[in-house]
Parts: sequence; C-alpha cells; structure tokens
Amino acid sequence: MSGKTLYDKLWDDHLVKQRDDGSCLIYIDRQLLHEVTSPQAFDGLRLAGRQPWRLDANVATPDHNVPTSKTERARGVAGIEDETSRIQVATLDDNCRDFDIVEFTINDERQGIVHVVGPEQGLTLPGMTVVCGDSHTATHGAFACLAHGIGTSEVEHVLATQCLVQKKSKNMQVLVTGTLGEGVTSKDVVLAIIGKIGTAGGNGHAIEFAGSVFEDMSMEGRMTVCNMAIEGGARVGMVAADEKTIEYFRGKPFAPSGENWDKAVAYWRTLKSDADAIFDTVVEIDGATIKPQVSWGTSPEMVLPIDATLPVPGQEADAVKRDSMERAYQYMGLTPGMAITDIRLDRVFIGSCTNSRIEDLRAAAAVIKGRSVASSVKQAMVVPGSGLVKKQAEAEGLDKVFLAAGFEWREPGCSMCLAMNADKLQSGEHCASTSNRNFEGRQGNGGRTHLVSPAMAAAAAIAGHFVDVRSF
Amino acid sequence: MEKFTVVKGLVAPLDRANVDTDQIIPKQFLKSIRRTGFGPNLFDEWRYLDEGYPGQDNAARPVNPAFVLNFPRYQGASVLIARQNFGCGSSREHAPWALQEYGFRTVIASSFADIFFNNCFKNGVLPVILKEAEVDVLFQECEANEGYQITVDLERKKVIRPNGEAFSFEVDDFRRHCLLNGLDDIGLTLGFADDIRAFEAKAKQARPWVFQALR
Ligand code: SF4
Repeated sequence: MSGKTLYDKLWDDHLVKQRDDGSCLIYIDRQLLHEVTSPQAFDGLRLAGRQPWRLDANVATPDHNVPTSKTERARGVAGIEDETSRIQVATLDDNCRDFDIVEFTINDERQGIVHVVGPEQGLTLPGMTVVCGDSHTATHGAFACLAHGIGTSEVEHVLATQCLVQKKSKNMQVLVTGTLGEGVTSKDVVLAIIGKIGTAGGNGHAIEFAGSVFEDMSMEGRMTVCNMAIEGGARVGMVAADEKTIEYFRGKPFAPSGENWDKAVAYWRTLKSDADAIFDTVVEIDGATIKPQVSWGTSPEMVLPIDATLPVPGQEADAVKRDSMERAYQYMGLTPGMAITDIRLDRVFIGSCTNSRIEDLRAAAAVIKGRSVASSVKQAMVVPGSGLVKKQAEAEGLDKVFLAAGFEWREPGCSMCLAMNADKLQSGEHCASTSNRNFEGRQGNGGRTHLVSPAMAAAAAIAGHFVDVRSF
Repeated sequence: MEKFTVVKGLVAPLDRANVDTDQIIPKQFLKSIRRTGFGPNLFDEWRYLDEGYPGQDNAARPVNPAFVLNFPRYQGASVLIARQNFGCGSSREHAPWALQEYGFRTVIASSFADIFFNNCFKNGVLPVILKEAEVDVLFQECEANEGYQITVDLERKKVIRPNGEAFSFEVDDFRRHCLLNGLDDIGLTLGFADDIRAFEAKAKQARPWVFQALR
C-alpha cells in the first residue's frame, strides 16, 4: 500500500464518522469568525434554540468593513460612518458577547484580517482543521493545517456541531523545484502557478505545495501562496510542516507551552506526506523560470511575466477562452499586444490577507526608501494586516519610509482588497494591488485591478507604470 | 430548507465562463445581516448601468438592455445555464441566496467552483454538472426557441429537454437526500452527537493543546 499524503493524514486524524452514504463528518478544531458571514449563522442558532458546541474553538475579529482612516477609527464602532457597516460590526460584537465568544474588537491591537490574526496569535496551529466563512482560509494551510473557506450555513453548522459534512477531495501536488531568481517572490510563484493551471485547475482537489522553493520560503511567503490556492480553484492549499513552521509558533500567545509544547512539536513533525504517497494530479514548475508577474485581465489566470506583451484574442483557439479574453479587454480598457510595462497606474494598494504581513511591508519599503510616488498616481496606500503588524512596522520605522514617499499609512483591515469600506477605486482607474482577486468591480465599480507582489506594487507606485523590480 | 424534487421552467442563458461570486452579488450588498433581500441585486453590475447600493429603489435605476436577464423573453426564468467554473471566488453564501430569491432553482454548467457548489445545496438550489457538449446543446436550443423550458428531475438525476430526450447527471447521495426532503443537516449531524463526543475524548488525549481554553 502506498503512503499517505499530508491531506490524507489530516483527514484521517479528524474523521469523526463515515456514514453509510459515503459522506463524512470531519471535526473542526478552530473556527475564525468575522462580521460579514456570521450574523445569519448566529441568527440561525437563536432561531433553533441551539448553543455553540465548544466555545473555545471560536475566535472573532471584524475586518472586512472596518474603516482604515485614523480619524474614523479613533471613535471605535460608533465612529464608523457607513451605517450598514457599523451595524454589521456592532452585530458581531453583540453576537460574541451574547454567546461568550472571544473577539478582538475594532481597536484591540490584536484586531486585523482573520487570516493574519489566526497564525499571529497562535490560534491557528499546525495539524488543525481551520475554517472560516471566507474563501481565503486556505492561507492557514501554510502551517500544515487542513483549512478552507465555508459558507454561512456551514459556519452555523460548525458552531452548533463542531463538525462539517464533507467528501474527501483528490490530492494534487504542485512541485516547484530549483531556486527563485533575485527579486522574485512568493506572490510571483503563486500567480505563475495559477497562470499555468487556470482558475479551475484545482477544483475538487486539495493542493500540497512542495519542492525546494517552498522549503526555502519563509512562513509569510508560504501563507501568500496558500492564500491564493482558491484562485487556482482549490479550497485547500498546504505546505508540510518543518522546523521553520515549529519555530514560528514558539512564544505565540495561544501556542501551547511546557509539556504540551513538546507533545505538540512531536506531532507537528509528522505533518508531511510520506515519501511513497501518490497524488492524483502533479504539476511541476522550475522555480528558476519564474519572473515577476502582473495580472492584466479580470481573472487571476490572466497573468503574465513583467516583460511580456498582452495576448491577442484572435490567436486563442478555445472559443470560451477567447470570449473571456475579449470581455476582459473591454472591461480593462487595454489593447492586445501592448507591453505590460506600458500599463499606467492611478492607485496602488499594498495590503490584504495575501500580502500585508511584516515581511511584505519590509519588501515594499526596501524598494520605496528614498524615492517618491509618481505624480500621476492619485493615491498609494499601505494597510497593515493587523494591529500588531502595524506596531512592528512602526517600531522598524517603515511607516516613515512610506509616508516620506507619499504613501498613506492606514489602520488594519481588508480595505481596498474588496472595497466594502470607504477605500475603493473609481470607475476606469487602474490599480497595482497586492491582493488576490482582479474580478470586475472587486475594488470598486468599474475599477481595474492588477495583481502583483508588494515589491512590484512599490516599484509601480514610484514609476507610475509597471516596471521590472529586478532592474529598478 | 425548500425541497427540490422536479423543477420545470424557463431557461435563461448566461454565456460566460468563470462567473464569479463578486458578479453574482457585489460586495456592497453583503453588509446586510439578514438572509433575504439579495434577489433584486443579483448580477447587479451587469443588470444596471449605474452603481448599486443597498436599500436603493431598483425601479428607478437605469437597466442595462444588453444584459441577457433583462431580455423580456427570459423573465420568470427558473433555470440558469452558464459556462465552466461558475461561482468561483469568495465563499459568500449570499450568492445562492440571491439566485434563489431571484427565482432560479437550478444552475446548469459544465463545472462549478467547490464552495459555491456546496453552498447551493444548503439553500434548495440544485447545481447540475453536464458535459460541455450537453451544455452547448442547451445553449443552442435556448437561443433558437423563445419560451424554451426544460425539466430538472433530481429524483431520477436527469435534465429533460422539450423533445423528451434526457441528459443524466451525478449528485452525491447525501446531498440528494437532503435536498429531496428539505432536511436541516445540522439536525442530522446532531444525531451523531455521541460519536462527536467520543472523538473529542480521544482527541483530547492525543492533541490536548487543541482544546486549550482561550480565557
Ligand atoms: S483581505 Fe481581502 S481576500 Fe482577505 S479576507 Fe479580507 S476581503 Fe477577503
């Protein structure tokens, strides 16, 4: 018999019951809650007269709707100007109080984007099953967790039963070998992967990212990669645990200590695929061939290396793809055949659960230091992923670097990643964004998003158009 | 949950691939804390020419005459056909809520994004996967025939065209059972409460740190 994949191991360790019809009950160790996808779940509990199964499995923080300007933020929940946003954040507070769930509220320094906060606090730990009513929950797979996004009905299901009804996915391995070139980052790696497999490439699969490139990558980098597994169609993206994974949690507030730490570490060291494990699908990429990436269209698979020119729809053989391409051109206001470096930017956004951690801010600041934002760029903003990331960046003086260059330095939250708060693009504007989705209207009605790494976004802000950060 | 057994209805063709959840229901409408009220804003950015916001009077908004769901011939449609990877993007359950409230009981495509697919079943909406060539046939017949209606029979796992010919589809037994009977799956899972407790007792021994109190 062949060995087990990491996904197989995590699945087996959380299998409560396989039912006669083949569906499985999987135990959930941790649920993260935020204001957008939880209110209807709490209402559902109330309506049915149910209580949460295990309170300590749940942690909440508001992120999607919170304002990121200092003045608005200073007045807490009551100060949120948009009424619907205010109600939603206040409802999360009320629900957490009523049900006695731990919440990092709006101005708690531990508040931030759920996917930044979970690992940062040691609430996400290797080997856990982690869910959240948010598709980027795959982020936590960076720690060898079985983590994925769920809908609101499932949020309620987990609150009430601590389980999910699941069918096992297939195993997919994305192997990136060799070493990355100078100036090429984890974001470029994941964009290149999505460019290769397509946005539906991982449908029905749990992806394990393996190979020397991920072994060499920092935990932050691995989070960036797993974060975008969903953009490749996979709900789950994982990296095996190694010593780096273990070290990451040493001393984190909710990480185990003493005897439990030793016991945990022994378990965490087993969280890798067996050498003879078999994957249903394997994709291999030579890391040395990956260049800095820029998305040009309205789907993350419409992505190209910085030195490329935009594709010509007439040369695409597949009719459905050609049609999508033509629609993307119409929406993006770009011309087939033009160089990526000729795309001019109106705004630049550095933030989101993909790229708002300290390492991301350091990478952007390193490019920006001593330079200033191009006068043609209307707005360039940095939104740290959590209050603690913000504090750390300020301790390192990064905020000063950004401010001196003409960037805005904001309060933590999702911000312009999805524009549910006041931070958004105007129609027709092009934005270099470190977020994960370039869908139509994602960053504001009619807004045009280009997905890039923090270093590439920083360079674009200075130049006013995309440039190759490797020669910048 | 509303049961789904057999639905016979008018078909609307959305000839696009990778329709994402941001298109199905744009984020500004996710600020609601309720489960209802999303139907009027389904595909908002395609349906209307202006930028929508919650609580607006949609009757006063400029309608996009070029968007297929606004064509008079597709009013009252309950079956949506679309291309591959329908529902990609976010986990928002507001997407199936909006589709259902608008009047769609089933969506047919050659593939779906996993989370959206799953969310549909929780809300009495049946996502049907047919072969690319079969979806093509539906698109062609739908465009050629005004008032084109098909029947989606979950019990028999068949999509039946007006000429009586049927395409078969697969759906897993558990989901089919819940949808056919309109069952609340939380209630079903709680039926296994003893198994869950037994699992926890064992897991507490093996991985005690997972069960650490948070305060
Ligand atoms: S930062 Fe963006 S992608 Fe991440 S959780 Fe927030 S809205 Fe979702």
